[in-house]
Amino acid sequence: MNLSILVIVPLLTVLALLFSRGQNAIRWLSFAGVTVQLVLSFVLLAVFWKERAAGNPVSMLFEYRHAWFSALNIDYHVGVDGISVAMILLTAVIMVGAVLVSWKIGPHSRVFFILLLLLSAGAYGFFISLDLFTLFFFLEISVIPKFLLIGIWGSGKKEYAALKLALMLMAGSALVFIGILGIYYNSYGPPSLYWPDIHPAVSVQRIFFPFLFVGFGIFTALFPFHTWVPDGHSSAPTAASMFLAGISMKLGGYGCLRVAIYMMPAAAAEYSPYIIGLATIAIVYGAFATMMQKDLKYINAYSSVSHCGFILLAIGMGTRTAIVGAVMQMISHGLMTALFFAAIGMIYDRTHTRLVEKLGGLLKIMPFTATIFVIAGLCSLGLPGLSGFVAEMTIFMGSWQRPETASRLATILACASIVITAVYILRATGQTIMGPIKDPQYNSLTDASWNEKLAGVLLIAGIVVIGVAPFWLNQLINK
Amino acid sequence: MPNTAYIILIPLLPFIGFVILGLFGRKYIRSFAGAIATGLLLVSTALSLWVAYWYFFVGGMVNGAYRPVTALKLEWLSFSHDLSIDMSIILDPISVMMIVVVSLVSLMVHLFSLSYMKGEERFATYYAFLGLFTFSMLGLVVSGNIFEIYIFWELVGCSSYLLIGYYYDRPTAVAAAKKAFIVTRFADLGFLVGILILSFQAHTLDFNILISRLLSAVMNPSDAGLASFWGVSLISWGLILVFIGGAGKSALFPLHIWLPDAMEGPTPVSALIHAATMVVAGVYLVARLYLLYALIDPAVTQIILYAGAISALLAAIIACTQTDIKRVLAYSTMSQIGYMMFALGTYHPGEDPALGYTASLFHLFTHAFFKALLFLCAGVIIHNIHSNEMKDMGGLRKSLPLTHACFLIACLAIAGIPPFAGFFSKEEILLAAWNSNKLVYGIGLFTSGLTAFYMFRLYFSVFWHKPATGHRHRQPLVESLPLVILALGAVFAGFIPFSRFVTASGFPDKPSGIGTNAIAPVLIAAVGIGIAAWLYAKASDRPAKAAASLRGLYTFAYHKFYIDELYLFITKKIIFNCIGRPAAWIDRNIVDGFINGVAITTGRISTAIKGVQSGRVQDYAWFFFIGIAGLAVLFIYIVT
Repeated sequence: MNLSILVIVPLLTVLALLFSRGQNAIRWLSFAGVTVQLVLSFVLLAVFWKERAAGNPVSMLFEYRHAWFSALNIDYHVGVDGISVAMILLTAVIMVGAVLVSWKIGPHSRVFFILLLLLSAGAYGFFISLDLFTLFFFLEISVIPKFLLIGIWGSGKKEYAALKLALMLMAGSALVFIGILGIYYNSYGPPSLYWPDIHPAVSVQRIFFPFLFVGFGIFTALFPFHTWVPDGHSSAPTAASMFLAGISMKLGGYGCLRVAIYMMPAAAAEYSPYIIGLATIAIVYGAFATMMQKDLKYINAYSSVSHCGFILLAIGMGTRTAIVGAVMQMISHGLMTALFFAAIGMIYDRTHTRLVEKLGGLLKIMPFTATIFVIAGLCSLGLPGLSGFVAEMTIFMGSWQRPETASRLATILACASIVITAVYILRATGQTIMGPIKDPQYNSLTDASWNEKLAGVLLIAGIVVIGVAPFWLNQLINK
Repeated sequence: MPNTAYIILIPLLPFIGFVILGLFGRKYIRSFAGAIATGLLLVSTALSLWVAYWYFFVGGMVNGAYRPVTALKLEWLSFSHDLSIDMSIILDPISVMMIVVVSLVSLMVHLFSLSYMKGEERFATYYAFLGLFTFSMLGLVVSGNIFEIYIFWELVGCSSYLLIGYYYDRPTAVAAAKKAFIVTRFADLGFLVGILILSFQAHTLDFNILISRLLSAVMNPSDAGLASFWGVSLISWGLILVFIGGAGKSALFPLHIWLPDAMEGPTPVSALIHAATMVVAGVYLVARLYLLYALIDPAVTQIILYAGAISALLAAIIACTQTDIKRVLAYSTMSQIGYMMFALGTYHPGEDPALGYTASLFHLFTHAFFKALLFLCAGVIIHNIHSNEMKDMGGLRKSLPLTHACFLIACLAIAGIPPFAGFFSKEEILLAAWNSNKLVYGIGLFTSGLTAFYMFRLYFSVFWHKPATGHRHRQPLVESLPLVILALGAVFAGFIPFSRFVTASGFPDKPSGIGTNAIAPVLIAAVGIGIAAWLYAKASDRPAKAAASLRGLYTFAYHKFYIDELYLFITKKIIFNCIGRPAAWIDRNIVDGFINGVAITTGRISTAIKGVQSGRVQDYAWFFFIGIAGLAVLFIYIVT
């Protein structure tokens, strides 16, 4: 399978959008684009599975290489393994949801969808890149449109948030770029950017690992560089929040994983106490900070800090089981948080508030939306049968395999955070979804429209499929 | 049974009901939602009874002992080559006994609810949640893998949350649901860490292999590097932590605070979840790991013994002072579970060492009947009076004759009056306690007197106390049939030769003799009933006087020993104010302040130095000149 098609389809959709007229054409065209992409990613899954079943042992499948700037050994080089396939599936599912919930997006809907699709093209490109420069290139593509999405279609302190998010992510990219340069000029033999095969000397790893890891870590809310998350998420329009938390934060997680496990395992082992420490702080402290939030989007943003901490914790632990858990957590958190933001967006569109104390009794008024919210919440607090449980338990089992007392303690603290998660999720659910209706005006509100329902059902299906039958994802990641 | 795969239908049918009703119940099949769920469960119950017959009388016994049969095993999630979660179904005496209890009581509750919950707006949702619960509970009891049981453990917790919060527009129900979930979640943290410890020591998650490996590791300490932490071996830590999980679910003191509040749920739900099935999951878990709890560390066995005994006693004292009929029953449940739990802690070397195991599960079995019966009767009463408060009741013996009879039977059963079911099982527990620890025997004996007192206090207050008035209330068949069936259980379940089927070793045992040892408990129960009759059979000022004479203890017990207030203080004052609020504040002001500070400083520096690039040639000439001069000075300085 030619992987470049995954980048080309969104770009073609963008091109078509430029020439389309009318609100309806724009919507349906975007929807068609992301749906084709979703089908393609399932095709990718199928052919990947078939290839592996046939016994193809190569670590990266469907490789394609084209010299881009040969003087510096920069190639356009793509390929996938099980982890990338899983991330591509995640991106495709969330994108369909994001387009569906933006059906009635305000002014300039054409530009909105174009930016959203550009973002997704960046994410797809990122997940298939095998060349560090290409990887960096696609990472940048998926940053800049966010600035515009938040700045134009956002709410609240949107200019501040847009600037903060863009600057911090840019700072992360800059660190990544320094790291890439460091590796490039210090690798054995001829300088190479082909990351599956880069193994710098330990002394080089020691210097440049922090650049790459912290750089990617900023994307995935590494403590203390997580502060863009609450502001960015809460000001972004629904679809952008879904992309940000669902996919963009996973770019960082994916990057950290590749750096720590594939490129610089020696440095990762040396720095693992710091990674584990920061991740544990993010998990516990993020959870406690969530408990005090009053705005639904802030609740989900802080809880993302806590949940993404699990990804970093697992990467820090570095056992095989923990790594599988990290990927599962990326997928699970992506779907769950996108679902959460979709539900919050639906509520906000109708009630024009996201403050917990002003909402109440939504189950009576909009049962479908409320049910989506509850399911997202239950996934977040790790209910078996939904994806969150599978991911978290895999991480706990994997982390426990590290015998040091300190990492055991970190694992126990991480386990304890699921109790705090239950506290804040049930508080939010109890006050907004259950209880008496606080504002009589809410009685006249309507439930989710068909497009919103479809988005919800799609994301829930993803969560349930992983939660009920996790073995396929487990096998996919291990392949 | 050559092909055992059909057993999966027993848990699966209620789950199918949940899916169907959850997806379509709201609109399409609302009116016959109850019929669908009850029908599916009827099949499930029939299958359970058939499996029980097959296991106990046909295929379960190998070489004179009941052996576990693995009916199904599917790999669900594999962590590493030796640790994997398998979805398995194992049949052994306790799991078979439990599927019968769970499906039977659940069926009774399904039937009862057909009329009791009629007209509710979310009728289909109610049955969907009941189906989810029944599925999870059946899954829990047949689990052959410790992680599998944890999965269903969490699922029953969730269905309990959904059902307690069924009347979601009542703030008290929402708060109670939340409390139940969070308190049990907190206890489950212990369970989870316990699983991590034990599975890591044993390199397996499979129950039976886990038990045998851990036992052999302890018997031959040289094989395994038995690590310890704070002087206690890791295995003991693991067992204690798992027990904490069980204590949370089974509402043992001091993790019981959620159970009385859980009575906010619909009454049939209380009968099913918070009396007969889910709350005994902790007992079941300890019973499943009985060999480990009994043999590995005597200290751990003692913890179980005393945790159960204290819980039994305190709950009985509180029950004597409560005025809400469902809360009295809730504390009574807690007390009876305390009995079951301490029975599991009575292991002692000597004659009949594991009598407590059989006794505990026997009590679990009989308790399911009479406690579910009590709750369903309470439901009928509450529907008639439209109040939960005992003071609004009285003299109901004429208007509710069937309920009166059933309630009396259940009270006699729980009080331990022969020949009702509770007598036999409680007798066995007390016998096991006598053999093992005299203090705990004393507590058990005293508690059984209290039990008789508070149950008959309830009975007399509801059915006597005031002159009988009102005409006879007609009950629909779906309401009275479950009462009659459960009442039959409460009368006759005690005659089942339980030790013939359920023993720790698997070998059938002769029934423990009931002789002179039964005199004391029965006498004490009779005294309790007598005092209750004297105080409550007729309206008088005697109860007030009695309360006044024991004022200190009465007030203390009436306020449930102020445990709730203590928890409230810890959570609200300490966790929220001293951890949550500072964390949120630090994040907004210090961490984010630092990041913003970097941005602001960068901005200021660039503002400060942007004048340098002014575009004026004169300025550049000056910089050039000063630079050259500086370099010249530096150069001269270095050279000379």
